[in-house]
Amino acid sequence: MREQQGIFKNIDWVLVALYLLLVIMGWLNIYASVYNDEHQSVTDFSQKYGKQLVWIVSSIGLAIICLILDGKFYATFSPVIYAISIVSLILVLFLGTEISGSKSWFRIGGFGIQPAEFAKFAANLMLAKYLSNISIKLTDLKTKLMSGIIIGLPILLILVENETGCALVFIAFVFTLYREGLSGNYLWVGFLAILIFILTLIFGKTILFEIIGGVFIFIFFVVKKNKQNVLIIVATTIVSLGGVYSVDYAFDHLESHQKKRINVFLGKEIDVKKAGYNVNQSLIAIGSGGLTGKGYLKGTQTKYDFVPEQSTDFIFCTVGEEWGFVGTSTVLLLLIFLLIRIIFISERQRSTFTRIYGYGVASIIFFHITVNVGMTIGLAPVIGIPLPFFSYGGSSLWSFTVLLFIFIKLDAYRLEILR
Amino acid sequence: MIYSERKYVIIGIFIVVALAFIARLFYVQVINDSYKLSANNNVLRYLIDYPARGLVYDRNGELLIYNEAAYDLMVTPKQVKVIDTNDLCKVLGITIAQFKKKMLAARIYSPYKESIFEKQIQAETYAKLQEKLYKFPGFFVQSRTLRKYPSSLAAHILGYVGEVTEKKTKANPYYKSGDYIGISGLESSYEIELRGKKGLKVMMVDVFNRPKGHFKDGEYDTLAVTGKNLISSISGRLQKYGEALLKNKTGSIVAIDPTTGEILACVTSPTYDPNLLVGRDRSKNYGALASDPGLPLFNRALRAYYPPGSTFKLINGLIGEQEGVTFRDTRYPCRGGYPVMGGKPKCHAHSSPMDLPGAVATSCNSYFCYVFRSIVDNRKKYRNIVSGFSTWREYVLSFGVGKRIYSDLPQELSGNVPTVEHYNKIFGKNGWKSSTIVSLSIGQGELDITPLQMANIMCIIANRGYYYTPHIIKGIYPSKQCRPEYKQKHFCKVASQHFDNIIDGMQGAVDHGTSTTAKMKDYIVCGKTGTAQNPHGKDHSVFVAFAPRNNPKIVVAVLVENGGWGATWAVPIGSLMIEKYLADSIKRIELETRMLEGIVLPPTQSDRIKANKK
Ligand SMILES: [Zn+2]
Repeated sequence: MREQQGIFKNIDWVLVALYLLLVIMGWLNIYASVYNDEHQSVTDFSQKYGKQLVWIVSSIGLAIICLILDGKFYATFSPVIYAISIVSLILVLFLGTEISGSKSWFRIGGFGIQPAEFAKFAANLMLAKYLSNISIKLTDLKTKLMSGIIIGLPILLILVENETGCALVFIAFVFTLYREGLSGNYLWVGFLAILIFILTLIFGKTILFEIIGGVFIFIFFVVKKNKQNVLIIVATTIVSLGGVYSVDYAFDHLESHQKKRINVFLGKEIDVKKAGYNVNQSLIAIGSGGLTGKGYLKGTQTKYDFVPEQSTDFIFCTVGEEWGFVGTSTVLLLLIFLLIRIIFISERQRSTFTRIYGYGVASIIFFHITVNVGMTIGLAPVIGIPLPFFSYGGSSLWSFTVLLFIFIKLDAYRLEILR
Repeated sequence: MIYSERKYVIIGIFIVVALAFIARLFYVQVINDSYKLSANNNVLRYLIDYPARGLVYDRNGELLIYNEAAYDLMVTPKQVKVIDTNDLCKVLGITIAQFKKKMLAARIYSPYKESIFEKQIQAETYAKLQEKLYKFPGFFVQSRTLRKYPSSLAAHILGYVGEVTEKKTKANPYYKSGDYIGISGLESSYEIELRGKKGLKVMMVDVFNRPKGHFKDGEYDTLAVTGKNLISSISGRLQKYGEALLKNKTGSIVAIDPTTGEILACVTSPTYDPNLLVGRDRSKNYGALASDPGLPLFNRALRAYYPPGSTFKLINGLIGEQEGVTFRDTRYPCRGGYPVMGGKPKCHAHSSPMDLPGAVATSCNSYFCYVFRSIVDNRKKYRNIVSGFSTWREYVLSFGVGKRIYSDLPQELSGNVPTVEHYNKIFGKNGWKSSTIVSLSIGQGELDITPLQMANIMCIIANRGYYYTPHIIKGIYPSKQCRPEYKQKHFCKVASQHFDNIIDGMQGAVDHGTSTTAKMKDYIVCGKTGTAQNPHGKDHSVFVAFAPRNNPKIVVAVLVENGGWGATWAVPIGSLMIEKYLADSIKRIELETRMLEGIVLPPTQSDRIKANKK
């Protein structure tokens, strides 16, 4: 009993409650999305909801393990965990099972494990460990480079595995770095890069060259008296032009189905039956839910498979169809509340390691929410990444559980440091 | 710690993204309705249950129209597997190229939804196909019904059924593209009774178009209601006989039971086999019929205009009597023509002067010119010709002429009785008098009348003053009653006591006057010939009659285009119709043979154009 008390001592019950609430809601929606009259038993392990039940129970086990481990453990063993993660990312390239073009899964019986999912918290731990060093300053080039390598290594390996969506998640660490002192310009540059990327694809190389040229000349004459600003403007322009060129080049060398997907996303092509089909059906499912939804298990679009991947990447459609606007906005608000709670708790830490780790957790979850929900409502390209705690899938649930519960443990440990 | 205020930037970004998403969701879920519609399109399939169309019997219980099963081969392209295309083509009697074209059309319509691959497959082909159907996944057969007209009679009356037009589907939401609808004849005028009510099953399907049960447990499902059967007033036997008599002639016969207004036969010639406008060859056959110079699609009985000729003298005589200007004993001289106008219009040789029945029996032109003048120029009653003529016109209209009589056959035309305005326009105000329009007294001039209207006038005379609106359906199941409006008597403006003088004349015409061919031993037939002037060729032969004189059971109106004198063709044909109906067997074999085999030259092209234009 004392042991138990020890585990749960000082933990933030708000986060735990939010976690359990989201996981239960997720399971209910997975059940609804694959529900049919023939398979009604909740514990039918041939069905996804049955399997997800296994994943949930095992996740709770993992959460408890995370809480049992000593608070010092994570900071101390970060490099080891990171190393194991990198090795498993390499190993899966040789030993993994290939599933629809990507070699990123270890298959064990009917269940699969994806090392890329676990690379997230490993990289997060490593980054926190590195940046929490007192002598480190993010304004130094060396620090930036090191951070870049810590984040870049798993990205590279995951890209080789052909899991582009999963690799993109690591971009989220830019928030952590920003909080720790990286110049705000990086956020702007990131924003600008996304803007240029999309504009190039929409308008094409030539027109964008002209636009950038025009903007350059305009700003140049406005600020020409300040030499330093001129330099920045010139540099930005050259980089932008380079960006435009490379995006254009890259797009020309994409495979045709990828091009099509991008074009459909940008609204340049209407292709309801093919590339745009997913988003269109997703919007239909969500839109048909109306204000209060069709009622639990009454959704026709998701139940009858009009929405593809309705239990994994498109689980938000089931929420939208059966629970309506009330359901979707509730889920979003709960998730955002979770993020703000994590930020709030991070900021009350004395341990820099815990704070940095906390920001990493929030950033990763935020990126997932943005891309996943954005995709289902047609505001983001179709990149297959799961909705945290909701989507069906063991690896992602395990990974998010571990990610979050390490943070909860680190937070609980904060008071012990004081003592 | 120096960067700790940056948490607000990060939290700000989180919140902005969340709010943007919530705004977007509000638009997609609450404001925009189109997704709800799309969702229903995705998941709901409306399966229509087509009821059988009502059957039609003749007055003797013989089937005039029934349904024959036909089969449409349907295809759901996504479910089609690799098949022996050659085999399927052979069964269907199509080429591989046609097969590919049809498959493409179906795929373009929808890969997941079924569409018609081959329409209206013959029963024997269906039998062969059904044995092999298991080899062709994705194909299935949907049964439909086709109309069949076993006696091949009365094409124009029965009408035909065809696919509904786009215009109609827009005007009436009951009809969906591809539905069948009555297009002409009673198929059209009794469409609502015959069609019944479609049933609807609202089914849910999954993305592969597999049925997933009834929507809301069948709350929106409705049962199909079979169409009502109809009993036509037509006597199939009489109709058949009439069509045989008019073979190789152009014209029409209308026979009505005056005691009820039931149409016993309605023949128009040339005619066609109604079965031609059913099934796969419908449009081809329709094209051939439409371009036939004999105008077989033209329903002369209801739509062709003729001057009534001498038959109109009956009406003038009746009006004269009612107006108190003509009596049984009224005698007018005739010296081979109307003396008042220097012998015009002309008349044939007969004893003179004659009384009213005698003038009817001999069809004296002069006599009725006098009668007409005495009506419209009656200055004791009417100040001027306009007032006198208007009164006369009102009488004529009360005989069902110059207006639609609203039978239950569609497309019936109104005919024409000239108006005061018409004459004012031609001759100027005060520019005309009774002598100007004297041809009206003998049924010529601007008078236009359809054979149906001629028969209806006969009904009024046979009934001594009233008619029931002629109708083709005498009973609608299950009550077997006709529409209530057809049980209403319509009185003309001439009182019943005035009819006997005219009827005496009509009997006289048959007994010893212009229509002696119509005389029969067992029944007193009353008739009147007419010779409708035809400026484009030989005159039209007209005969109207009813029999027996007391308790009339049948009236006939016969018109044979270019038949010359009424007595030549119309009288014998009308008389045979009466004999056929009253006695069922014909005793005058020689006359019958002559009529059946007789050929009357078809009218000239210009005549046809005139008829068509009207
Ligand atoms: Zn005379």
